[in-house]
Amino acid sequence: MNTATPHIEHFLSLWLSQPEPGGFFVGSSSEKFTLASLWLIPLAPFGGFLVNGILGRKLPRWLVTLIALLAPLVSFLVVLSNATSPAFPLAESYGQWINIGTLHIDFSLVLDQLSLVMLLVITGVGFLIHVYSVGYMQHDKGYARFFSYLNLFLFFMTTLVLAGNVLLMFVGWEGVGLASYLLIGFWFQKPSAADAGKKAFVVNRVGDFGFLIGIFLLLANFGTLTFGEIAAKLAANPGWTGGVITVICLCLLFGATGKSAQLPLYVWLPDAMEGPTPVSALIHAATMVTAGVYMITRTHFLFDRSPFALSVVAIVGAATALFAATMGLVQNDIKRVLAYSTISQLGYMFLACGVAAYSAGIFHLVTHAFFKALLFLAAGSVIHAMGDEQDMRKMGGLRKKIPVTFWTMTAAVIAICGIYPFAGFFSKDAILYAAFLQGTGGKVLWFVGLVTALLTALYMFRLWYMTFFGEMRSHDAHPHESPWSMLGPLVILAALSIGGGFMGVGAGLGRFGAFLAPITGAYTAESSTPHLELYMSILAVAVALLGWFIADLFYRQRPQRPAQVAASLSGLYNLLYHKYYVDEFYGVGVKALLGFSRWFLEMFVDGAVLGGTAWLLASTAKLSGAILQRWQSGNLRSYAAWLAVGAAAVLLFALLPWTNFWPASMHFFQRAGR
Amino acid sequence: MTAIDHSILTWILLVPLAGAIVVALLPDQGKLPNWIALLTALGTFALTLHLPAHFIANQGGFQFEINRLWITDPAISYHVGVDGLSLWLVVLTGLLAPIGVLASWNAIQTRRKVFYSLFLVQQTSMFGVFVALDLMLYYGFWELSLVPMAVLIAMYGRKEGPKAALKFFLFTFIPSAPLLVAILWLYARTHTFDFVTLQVLLNHSVFPAQAMFWVALAFLFAFAVKVPVFPLHGWIADTFAEAPVAMAMVVAGKLGLYSMLRFHVGLFPAQARAIAPLLMALAVIGVLYGACLALVQRDFFKLLAFGTVSHFSLVTLAIYGLTLTGWNGAVYQILSLGIVEAAMFVLLGALDVRFGTSQIAMYGGLAAKLPRTASYFVIAVLTMIGLPLLSGFVGEFVILSSTFTGASRSCAVLAALGTILSASYMLWLTQRLFYGPESTFAMSKPSADLRFGELAALTPLVLLMLIMGVAPSLWFKTIEKGVHPPQARNSMGLPPSVLLLPSVIVTEPNTEGQQ
Amino acid sequence: MNLFQQDVPLAWYLLLSAALFSLGVVGFLIKRNLITVFMSIELMLNAVNLSFVTFAHQWHMQFLNTQSGPGADAVKGQIFVFFVMMVAAAEAAVGLAIIIAVFRARATLAVDRIDLMKL
Repeated sequence: MNTATPHIEHFLSLWLSQPEPGGFFVGSSSEKFTLASLWLIPLAPFGGFLVNGILGRKLPRWLVTLIALLAPLVSFLVVLSNATSPAFPLAESYGQWINIGTLHIDFSLVLDQLSLVMLLVITGVGFLIHVYSVGYMQHDKGYARFFSYLNLFLFFMTTLVLAGNVLLMFVGWEGVGLASYLLIGFWFQKPSAADAGKKAFVVNRVGDFGFLIGIFLLLANFGTLTFGEIAAKLAANPGWTGGVITVICLCLLFGATGKSAQLPLYVWLPDAMEGPTPVSALIHAATMVTAGVYMITRTHFLFDRSPFALSVVAIVGAATALFAATMGLVQNDIKRVLAYSTISQLGYMFLACGVAAYSAGIFHLVTHAFFKALLFLAAGSVIHAMGDEQDMRKMGGLRKKIPVTFWTMTAAVIAICGIYPFAGFFSKDAILYAAFLQGTGGKVLWFVGLVTALLTALYMFRLWYMTFFGEMRSHDAHPHESPWSMLGPLVILAALSIGGGFMGVGAGLGRFGAFLAPITGAYTAESSTPHLELYMSILAVAVALLGWFIADLFYRQRPQRPAQVAASLSGLYNLLYHKYYVDEFYGVGVKALLGFSRWFLEMFVDGAVLGGTAWLLASTAKLSGAILQRWQSGNLRSYAAWLAVGAAAVLLFALLPWTNFWPASMHFFQRAGR
Repeated sequence: MTAIDHSILTWILLVPLAGAIVVALLPDQGKLPNWIALLTALGTFALTLHLPAHFIANQGGFQFEINRLWITDPAISYHVGVDGLSLWLVVLTGLLAPIGVLASWNAIQTRRKVFYSLFLVQQTSMFGVFVALDLMLYYGFWELSLVPMAVLIAMYGRKEGPKAALKFFLFTFIPSAPLLVAILWLYARTHTFDFVTLQVLLNHSVFPAQAMFWVALAFLFAFAVKVPVFPLHGWIADTFAEAPVAMAMVVAGKLGLYSMLRFHVGLFPAQARAIAPLLMALAVIGVLYGACLALVQRDFFKLLAFGTVSHFSLVTLAIYGLTLTGWNGAVYQILSLGIVEAAMFVLLGALDVRFGTSQIAMYGGLAAKLPRTASYFVIAVLTMIGLPLLSGFVGEFVILSSTFTGASRSCAVLAALGTILSASYMLWLTQRLFYGPESTFAMSKPSADLRFGELAALTPLVLLMLIMGVAPSLWFKTIEKGVHPPQARNSMGLPPSVLLLPSVIVTEPNTEGQQ
Repeated sequence: MNLFQQDVPLAWYLLLSAALFSLGVVGFLIKRNLITVFMSIELMLNAVNLSFVTFAHQWHMQFLNTQSGPGADAVKGQIFVFFVMMVAAAEAAVGLAIIIAVFRARATLAVDRIDLMKL
């Protein structure tokens, strides 16, 4: 972990300059005239959400569109206006949220290099996707509702990124889960969509449980949830390593695996493709799912103190990358292929974090946001062209019919495969190289990454060939190119996918690495072997080209081959096709819990044991009542008779000398004898 | 202090009672009882708002106090007052009164006069429980609160009203007999029913330990049934399924939990400390047990009942975690749950009135037909499952984090599992009611979206969920003073932030990280 | 010795009262007609009245003979008798009204067929 501690002090000196509480607009910036207005970044989309959410159905469509587009644009411009700020971090606090006893949580936002990069991606790509959605959703009844949810997502996502303490980050964290739930289930009348939304929320909740325990542990051990203060305490005590910090890191990692769809909680992401395609592009590819990577990078000062936790992060990342890529090979739904590809690429980012190459992870996050958003939007354009058909087996030969979509998507495919000089090449290469330099274990991780790169090229070109080449396999489709509101974002994203990688060229990831260095530490992958990096790059590109070649062989030259291979390896094929039966396995767990609840808890405990006890008590009372009731015959004379008998008994009792009913002085017999 | 401050609590107690009498005397024509009840409830709510407006936040102890000797021998006083603990509970009760009337507006079609006058009597009795500071007076209100509830469950039950009423009555009445005996025992020993005097006496004099054990247990038992704490929850499912929504929304939780905090932990700290581990274990079981049972319910009122058991068990955990931060969270969570439950009952009651069934399986795909209902329902569900920036999260987080850092890590972790389960059953319910294709049953019934009255009831609740989620300090400011029982600060010589529980590890920052 | 000048012994009055009371009790228990039952109650009340008067007279005589008795308390017995008669009158009014109501409702006055109080 060569990048571990030296940067913490620097980081601290920036973070600790907190503003006085309650000071609106007062950044820690020395330039007082800088109005950072960080609050505008989340609140502009929130305003859009409120207006479109409450009034949307009554407003004219152009106004809904205007409000929806203005919200991310305002955020983007505010972020951009702060991009060249000389004094990072800009911190603003808007008063206390929770303040009891020793628990103090502020609404504090912090803009530094890391959050700035994230925000540029979120609001920039977010804005493009909003523009795209105007065309994509124009015939949908829930037009205003869609945009209000999309704005709500941006509100929570920007909160997540800007949060100055862990709990505020958790607000954004759960909030994006909510937005994701609402958007996946946007077409709620489709049972599969409603199911997928629920599944996404619940699986994320499982991860959030880990995150929450991590927060409790931070609170118990550091007494604060502010990132800066935690980092300060760590920096002041260089001896704190491992132990409880490992536990905290593993809890946080568990949370991250939920949000970022890593093993073992990735199962919700493929189902999330039930949502509208722009949602898949924005939330389930470019931004929300990368929150886990962001979170680990943001709390890297903790992970740096626990080599074990870092190794776990790397192993989870590499395993997920490979695992998801194998499943991506056999999917036939165009969006599901991209979903598995997203899981796989997120695995790369985790791998980068696990080898402490945080800036490489963030770099890949950025380039991935460009080309994966582009892939989804282009896939959306294909689906749009095919009249809402998502099965690749029914596509083919679309190259001529929708040329703009074809060419932009080609750029994205080459980028994700990591072929020079497209964006994906630089970021993926940085990750693999950093892994390779991490000793023997690192070489295993590097090899896994390389195999994944081969598989990535294979399934991406498979998608490319099945969609755009060969003959059209569906007869009732009339493909047509999408409107320019959809193609415009495609072209911009294609340009970014082609040229976006060059910001990370040079030693230590070039300008990108230098910009992030104050937060994440410099990217310092260096080897004593000369030209090692060059050889590695050539090898990676060669592997990607090999994947392309295999795909070309199978899906262009001999389209009947895949079926033959699938038949000869039917066991393996079925295993992959059924996604390793993981969903079924989790399904058994859920069924077991439901069965346990119904048969043991409800029937046995609640019904038999507790209900039986209550029944026993009640029936004892009832039985004694039934016996005593026989006295209450309702017959006047029997009452009178009992009255008489009772009176006689009392009288007799009083008169008998040995009962001592009366005090001695009042006894009848004594008086009589006087 | 103005003149009104010296009599405001009496007014709060009397106005609903007067309204009840007026409703009872006037003829049962049309919506006349509804309007009188609504006006009375709104008036009472306005009166309760006087309390926070004139409450002095940074002053401990009871305010708006009235103390008059009522009966000389035995010495029963009319002693009422509020502190930070009960202040917002009184306001919550006041808020829920007009909402209860609005929720019953169309649901109650027959014998409106009986319903609304008993409803208003119930309000008086609940206010009484929260403000009474004389144990006999408190006991009177406590018993009184059970009667209109039982009668109305019996009268307006959906299917098996009398049976549910009997169950409710037996479960809640039997434990109050030992409570009365315990109160009388205390009187025999101390010659006072006064809460404040008793609190001092019990802390300064020595009473036989065994007798005190039983006395404290009698108090606890009566309260635990009302919360309800596992395994005493047998009444709640039937009561929720049968009771009119206006009654069901107030029956569980706040009365019992408040009484625990004030009269069990408050009067018997040593006994509470001794029994706390048991209560915490039961609370954790209750959180998980209630959630698991909610997963498999077929009737939405019963689902809500077991969800309620789960959520109120979390509050019990906070109370018997015996940390002051936890108590703040507990009171806050009682308020939050009171609001959420009310909203849920208004919404589910609206569905029940429109479609005539509470069987979940009959519903489906209502979101297209009833978009407003769906929106409000989703917000209420999100609050219930503790989504940040809504009120439920603040309470849950404060409770769980204080339990984790101050009382028991394992209990906190296990209880936090409940957050996963609550998301599961509430979202399942949402999906079954509102999403998917519209069910044939739902299509067969013509139905309108929320009426004006229902919107008027729900909108303030939803706004409160948001405000309480974003600005909890508005409430914590006053609650914080209230949950410092005097014995924690003075008699036992403990600083306010230290826990009552001696076995608790006050976490030294980073002890484990230093190895 | 003039038979009429001689005081009747106290015990005779009390025995008469006891006999009347027992007759009332027996009548109450064995008669089926509600009106007869009612009259039996009156009989019991009057038996009690008789013993009240007897004791009061006894106290009064004692007072006259010794000048050191209970004084004004001597007439308490008679006062009680007036109370009892008053109650009996009220009871007769209400009771007869009830009887009429019962007869209207049930067309019978047989007590063993009037068991409305049975749970």
